[in-house]
Amino acid sequence: MNRFDYIRPATVAEAVTAASVPGSAFLAAGTNLLDLMKGGVVRPERLVDVSRLPGLDAVEALPDGAFRIGARVRNAELAHDRDFARRFPAVAEALLSGASAQLRNAATAGGNLLQRTRCAYFYDPASACNKREPGAGCDALGGENRLHAVLGWSESCIATHPSDFCVPLAALGAVVEIEGPGGRREVPLEEFHLLPGSTPERESVLSPGELVVALRLPAGADAFAAHSRYVKLRERTSYAFAVVSAAAMLRMEGGTIAEARLALGGVALKPWRAREAEAVLAGARPDAATFRRAAEAALEGAHPSGENGFKIELARRIAARALALAAAGTPERIPALPASPLAPVTGVALHG
Amino acid sequence: MSWSITLTVNGEPRHVELDDPRVTLLDLLRERLDLTGSKKGCDRGQCGACTVLLDGQRVNSCLALAVSHDGAEVVTIEGLARSGVLHPVQAAFIEHDAFQCGFCTPGQIMSAVGMIGEAQAGDDPERVRECMSGNLCRCGAYQGITEAVLDAQQRMGQDGWEEAA
Amino acid sequence: MAETAIQLRHGSSIGQPLTRRDGPLKVTGAATYAADNNPPGLLHAALAVSTVARGRVASLDVAAARAHPGVAEVITPANRPPLAADPDEKTGPFSFRQELLQNDTVRYAGQPIAIVVAETLEAATEGARLLAPRYEAEPVLAELDGPDVFTPAAIGVGNAPNMQHGDAEAGLAAAESSIAATYDTPAQYHNAMEPHAVVAAWDGDRVTVDTPSQGLAFAVMRIAGIFGIPPENIHVRSPFLGGGFGSKGLISGPQLLGILAARMVGRPVKLVLPRAQMYGPVGHRAPTRQTLRLGTDSKGALTAISHHVRTASSRYDDFFEPAVGVTHSLYAAPAIETTTDAVRLDTGTPTFMRAPGEASGSIALESAMDEMAVALGMDPLEFRLRNYAEVDPASGKPFSSKALRECYAQGAARFGWAGRPIAPRSMRDENGLLVGWGMGTATFPALMFAAQARAVLRRDGSGVAETGAHDMGQGAWTALAQIAADSMGLDIDRIEFRAGDSRLPDAGIAGGSAHTATAGAALRSAGEEVVAKLAELAMSDERSPLFGAGNAGVVARNGRLLRRDDEARGESYESILARAGLEEIEGKGRGAADPAAQEHYSMHAHGAVFAEVKVDPELGQVRATRLVGAFAAGTVINPRLVNSQYLGGMIWGVSFALHEAAVVDPRSGRVMNANLAEYHVPVNADVPSIEAILVEEHDPHVNALGVKGVGEIGITGTAGAIANAVWHATGVRVRQFPVAIEALIADWPQS
Repeated sequence: MNRFDYIRPATVAEAVTAASVPGSAFLAAGTNLLDLMKGGVVRPERLVDVSRLPGLDAVEALPDGAFRIGARVRNAELAHDRDFARRFPAVAEALLSGASAQLRNAATAGGNLLQRTRCAYFYDPASACNKREPGAGCDALGGENRLHAVLGWSESCIATHPSDFCVPLAALGAVVEIEGPGGRREVPLEEFHLLPGSTPERESVLSPGELVVALRLPAGADAFAAHSRYVKLRERTSYAFAVVSAAAMLRMEGGTIAEARLALGGVALKPWRAREAEAVLAGARPDAATFRRAAEAALEGAHPSGENGFKIELARRIAARALALAAAGTPERIPALPASPLAPVTGVALHG
Repeated sequence: MSWSITLTVNGEPRHVELDDPRVTLLDLLRERLDLTGSKKGCDRGQCGACTVLLDGQRVNSCLALAVSHDGAEVVTIEGLARSGVLHPVQAAFIEHDAFQCGFCTPGQIMSAVGMIGEAQAGDDPERVRECMSGNLCRCGAYQGITEAVLDAQQRMGQDGWEEAA
Repeated sequence: MAETAIQLRHGSSIGQPLTRRDGPLKVTGAATYAADNNPPGLLHAALAVSTVARGRVASLDVAAARAHPGVAEVITPANRPPLAADPDEKTGPFSFRQELLQNDTVRYAGQPIAIVVAETLEAATEGARLLAPRYEAEPVLAELDGPDVFTPAAIGVGNAPNMQHGDAEAGLAAAESSIAATYDTPAQYHNAMEPHAVVAAWDGDRVTVDTPSQGLAFAVMRIAGIFGIPPENIHVRSPFLGGGFGSKGLISGPQLLGILAARMVGRPVKLVLPRAQMYGPVGHRAPTRQTLRLGTDSKGALTAISHHVRTASSRYDDFFEPAVGVTHSLYAAPAIETTTDAVRLDTGTPTFMRAPGEASGSIALESAMDEMAVALGMDPLEFRLRNYAEVDPASGKPFSSKALRECYAQGAARFGWAGRPIAPRSMRDENGLLVGWGMGTATFPALMFAAQARAVLRRDGSGVAETGAHDMGQGAWTALAQIAADSMGLDIDRIEFRAGDSRLPDAGIAGGSAHTATAGAALRSAGEEVVAKLAELAMSDERSPLFGAGNAGVVARNGRLLRRDDEARGESYESILARAGLEEIEGKGRGAADPAAQEHYSMHAHGAVFAEVKVDPELGQVRATRLVGAFAAGTVINPRLVNSQYLGGMIWGVSFALHEAAVVDPRSGRVMNANLAEYHVPVNADVPSIEAILVEEHDPHVNALGVKGVGEIGITGTAGAIANAVWHATGVRVRQFPVAIEALIADWPQS
């Protein structure tokens, strides 16, 4: 790990000022940043410790019906917040399917958004990586890329975003609250992460010094609570990143889908909201044929970035599965194996 | 530059002058405070051998910067037994042969103590397995670990171990 | 064993399910592993390792590393002190070439190219990074289908690469039914939870080394050779290994570099490998590609087995995975032919990894047996019983013991194998998951190496037993103490058992599942000798109640010698020693294979493993939901520990079939998943139900204790059983391991 200056500002404003200096990085729990620093993947000259900043640790329902999550709320704390989990069960399930209990106890909501890809070539400083070193090339292309992106990738970068949490958040239209040198602004999560294009080093809309201070689920996002699931395909039963994942939420009226939300994980450099699929679902009957059509719409335009064509069909299938599970109803309790396809199907509609 | 921090480690206040902000909590414990029970298996939060309780929560101490946790309360494997009496989880690990080489064991035990405190798994073995999946055991003692955790949890409920704390 | 007048009672400790004697240390964090030593004045060392797999190091920025505060020394080939031996010299079958900074050549990715020593771990680690090496790289070979295939002179340690018994081609030609299939197994890395670590402290030309070792005496000899000091000047301590699995059998290059660094800086040095650096200089299991051809007559009796293995060693040294061995002794076939060829790759040299050869060979052989049973429309267990080997098929020797039939029966009964549908894809659980059942036969040779031990009886009636044995988790601290206690006629709590230290008698190597048998035999013979000496004292002393017991003999039990013909007449050890005016009395013992028995018998442990998997019918995620293994391995010293060894081995089988593989980029030769997040070993949730049955087996021939090894057999059989269960669940035969999702869902019917 390189040497760095360590500073611990007392306020958000101080933090923003401190981090506006080039070469700075925010340190929250450090579960991803320290890993990257130990690997020599990133080498910040100055760490601005935001792990104690006041005002960023609340989980709260706002008067307007929105729900706000402070940026340094721990993953586990959020997943186990009863009110939150009742309103947004797929988010809780996604959180609990990520990493390990130890990491969830440390990792923060804001940090989760900003975690870096698990692309092995990004993590290996001896490999060419445009994200790590703009213009260096991409060794993942033509390399060991069976788990790389099938949507939204470019010749510059075929990495995926590893977050589980962000997938249902994207589906639910979450908004990211940002404080920066230029003041406060808000960005929909769907627009927060950037696809690689020709500038894969730019991963989010954040400018230097800008700090994620909260996530907000808009009013009405909890209307899907009764039919919300996250499903995550893994290469071991737990403690593994997604091969592909899907978050599905349905608002049922009578026997039909009034409104649907669908997002995919592990397929692109951002949580992939599938609005075309949502359009297919709206007003349709919740049956296997509908879900399959929606899944096909979701993967419209997908193409392999390497030895990973199988992920396209897998992503369709997991989208259809998530929709089917959502239709069956949110389980009363998150399964023992959260988000696992191998968990017993325990779906029971909570409310109609 | 140096950083002066105070931690409560296993109930004892420890003042540390850090000459280097890069020191992780794990390396602080192992290399500077001579508390070598917490193990370094991967140093990247991928194995769980370094698990300690940090302000009551189980975390990977390899991914925590010591300087960032000034004022924190840390419990390590060395702080679990009381007056020579093994913590119920420790005793259950021996009885259920929940380890072989023993290298992952301090992390497993601290993780189990943390897990029991979280009270999410209950007496469901499948939930225990899931909740203990952040601790790798290459020897493959998982069956014994799961049994030990369930057994200890039950005994702690009966004996009121926590209340005696 | 010759009958002697002195007969010891065995069984007071042996056979008891004692908890681990090192348990309290291990659960309190007080067990001291190598890296837990912090001697005064300690410096920390970190290695810089190569990122290219072939070529030379063109430059190192030594100045940048030295400029980092706290860096005390940078050691490169340019300033490394001379060694007493050439690390590239081969001196015997257990001698492997090592990289000790002898030159600027790079022969694999991850090779040590420099050492940075510093006041703190942080400084050493960053110092190593600041060296920013530049290379002149050459093209690499990283795949099995490379050019220049050759037949190695030997595989494993000294085994012939080819074996022919009968005419396999004729047997295949004459077969009514036959199958041929090719299976791929990947490179695997041991990944013991404890990284290789060394703390070395020199005092003149004497050195104390704390380092995990499965072979203390080998380590001492290697250190002596490399550093040119007499073996008696070297003290290696290894009370606990945080797992070894073969990778700590021979002291590795990085461990020697830690010792080298300490000598150069004149202060104690600690060097602990980061996890990523364990994918190179400390060995791995080589990849294999195996082709099995089986033929049977119309009744399902094998007419021939042909097993061909392609494997790989490094470009600069020889270790060839002996994967054909399992085929020699497992199934009765009139013709068996095995062949091995190999290529050379730009990797570190492969080495022994838990069940070296047997694990890889078993998954292929058991898969092929399953494919043959399918072709015959036979139940896989029935097919194996049809081809049960009553004698060793290749050598024709009788087995020293073989309770495999009982393993099949008990395992099948416990698992509920009866009633398994023959057709694949015919079982579902209540949630619609595909369910499959598969089985495999487990086998591992019963080996013996050589060991020495010492036993002492003391004036106070207590005993000391010592041998430089190694506990890497298998339970040597407990099981060997049980053997020693019985051999000395003492309760286990009356003996002090010493192990894990090079100053103790040489216990050989903890490998080949032979340590309990070998070190145990040495302890037993030492105990017998010391008891015999004590008995001699008593029987020749008129004042002893045992005087003249002579031909009737005495029995040693609970610290007393008793007349065999009248157990009411006896005397305590204390009293015998006190009257003789002795503070203590010593016996020495040796353990070794009995060449006559080995000549006459084929010696193997056996087992049968039954596996259930569940597979998501659309997504292909697999879980091994239930495993039952029944194993027969002779005398069980401690059933609690043996059970754990079997379970651990079976979980390695789960890992082999479903999870672990090194992902090597063939362009660079680098392992791209050199970490525990992406090199998947099973987690707790991967093993929901696992059970081992300890099948009774009495073996009068294998060794004095009747003990066969239990440490490695669990992988064999299990990996194949799971692969076969995956087929049974899905109807898809995956022949490339570990089973990958894309292999499973390819061509799947929409369900």
